[in-house]
This record gives sequence, structure tokens and C-alpha cells, in this order.
Amino acid sequence: MADAALFEFLHTEMVAELWAHHSDPGPGGQKMSLSVLEGMGFRVGQALGESPPGPTASAWPKRLSLPPPPPPRLPQETLAFREELDVLKFLCKDLWVAVFQKQMDSLRTNHQGTYVLQDNSFPLLIRMAAGLQYLEEAPKFLAFTCGLLRGALSTLGIKSLVTASVASLPTCKFQVVIQKT
Amino acid sequence: MSRQANRGTESKKMSSELFTLTYGALVTQLCKDYENDEDVNKQLDKMGYNIGVRLIEDFLARSNVGRCHDFRETADVIAKVAFKMYLGITPSITNWSPAGDEFSLILENNPLVDFVELPDNHSSLIYSNLLCGVLRGALEMVQMAVEARFVQDTLKGDGVTEIRMRFIRRIEDNLPAGEE
Repeated sequence: MADAALFEFLHTEMVAELWAHHSDPGPGGQKMSLSVLEGMGFRVGQALGESPPGPTASAWPKRLSLPPPPPPRLPQETLAFREELDVLKFLCKDLWVAVFQKQMDSLRTNHQGTYVLQDNSFPLLIRMAAGLQYLEEAPKFLAFTCGLLRGALSTLGIKSLVTASVASLPTCKFQVVIQKT
Repeated sequence: MSRQANRGTESKKMSSELFTLTYGALVTQLCKDYENDEDVNKQLDKMGYNIGVRLIEDFLARSNVGRCHDFRETADVIAKVAFKMYLGITPSITNWSPAGDEFSLILENNPLVDFVELPDNHSSLIYSNLLCGVLRGALEMVQMAVEARFVQDTLKGDGVTEIRMRFIRRIEDNLPAGEE
């Protein structure tokens, strides 16, 4: 089993390498690098979200198949929301522990398909000085993880857009907006 | 089975796949970015080197191993401590050269290549070449110039994966001119 530190080292090197290769001076180049990193994270997230065979399968949130069969009394939207929230909680707990050895620090929602996941000491930002010094660099270190979240959600049946924002290192927020098909 | 127990197992499984999956995504991306396998191999080696020069600090801090007195001790530490700590495997050490400056690490299974198959048009790709760079970079930081290269690869149909390590020379600390 690969040690957790290896992933962090690899991620840092990936950011450096892909930045060097894909960026050109203009803003268009930056976008390209970020989307390359996001795309890689997406593929990894998709694979991580795959339901594994065996006795542990029941621990995974069931892949959402819309529309869910409505129960006799609860309105359909409430049930779908509860399952959706379960998936988000899974990301905040199980996925985050697996990838970053800690749980997400807070999860908020507007109950209308937007979730904000906040990590107060995001491991991929920890190595950089706290505060505002590296604010400009931060997006590079968040792109892969945004893709990771979007990929895991995708495998679990939820289409989403994931963006990240940093007000002050190492705290960051991931915004998940569910896309209704 | 309690949800708590399931949660722990799930996280562990995802954790062990994370590096392998991320590495796979990286190699795939590099194959898109560079035109030929040789360039990808070089890039993997260079990235591995950059990782190795930082990984050695993490290793020394966590493993408590003392200074190695010769290349044989170094080989032991690499196989039994470093590989175990970072990849969860213990390669065997074989094929020492008579001069004691070359040996092979034999990996029965290589975690980087779980579920990986090399497509036909990438026959010269050294998929796990990052490892060679890591070894080279890490050892350079402890004053050893070495060469590491794959001589057998299960991805290419060999029975085992074999990394050949060769000691080139000791790197002396360079003092600025005029100082003793």
C-alpha cells in the first residue's frame, strides 16, 4: 500500500511539471494547465468512486439513479436531497480521509444543489506559508482535487461543477454545484 | 458490520489505490504531451529525481536509520526500509557484482502497475521510470552518485521487475574556494 506522503510528493511534482509544460505567458495558457490538472483529478476521482466488490460494498452510498422511487409520504425532492447529502457527506468523510488523512472541516448547503466544503488546513497547501503570500499560486494546487471531487461524484451518479477558492492559506473552500440534467 | 468498520476499510482501499491511479493519470498525460516514449521516460526520471531529493528528508526523519557505511548497507536500507515504508513491498537484493558496486532489486509485484497494460504503440515506455529518478535523487542527497535502471519489467512480459543499481562515486561536499 503506497504511503500517503508519496501522493503529496507526486502531486507537487505534477503541478510543477504540467505548469512548465502547458503554460504560456498569456492567461489562456494558465487555463489550459488548470484544466489538464483538473482532468487528471477527474479520472482518478472516477476510479476511486467505483463501488468495490465484496462485503464492504454496502458501506458505499448507492449510485443515485434518478428519479428515485418515491416513498408513500415524503415529497420526491426531499428524498433526492437526502441521498445527495449522503454522497456529499461520504466525500467529506471517507474520501477525504482516504486521500488527505483527515475529514473535511465543514459542509454547508443552500438546500438547492449548492454545497460548500471547507478545509481549514488543506494538506496540499500546508507546505506553503500561511496567509496571503502564495494566494496566486494556490489555484494550481487545487485543480487536481476539484477534478477528484467531480470525478467521484460522477461515478456516484451526480453531475456537478466543482470550483475552489482560497481566502487565506491553508484554508480553502470547494464549491460543488449539482447540475440538473 | 458497523458502519464505522466499513468506513475504515473503504478509506484504506481508496488510499492504496490513490497513488497508483494518480501515477497512471500522470503517465497517460505525459504520453499525450510528449511525442515519443524516450521523452516520456526522461521526463519521468527527471520528475522522480525532483521527488527523490525531497523524499530523502521525509525518509530520514521517519525511519531513524543511521549513516550507511557501504553500498551493501545502502542496498539493505533501500529494500527493507524505504521500499517497505513508501510502497509496502520488500524487494529482494540479488546479483551483486564482484566489486560490490552493482546490485539488483527484484520486485515480485510492482504496485505502480496494478491494472496497467502497455498499449502496443508504447513498447519503449519505461512505465515506472519515476522510481529510478527517485532513487537517484534521494541517494545524491546522501552523497552517493548512482545509476538506476530497469532491466526487467512485468509490464513487458518479464516474470519479475528488476532494477539494476550501480554505484558511480561518492559525492564530496564542495567547500567554497579558499576555505578549509
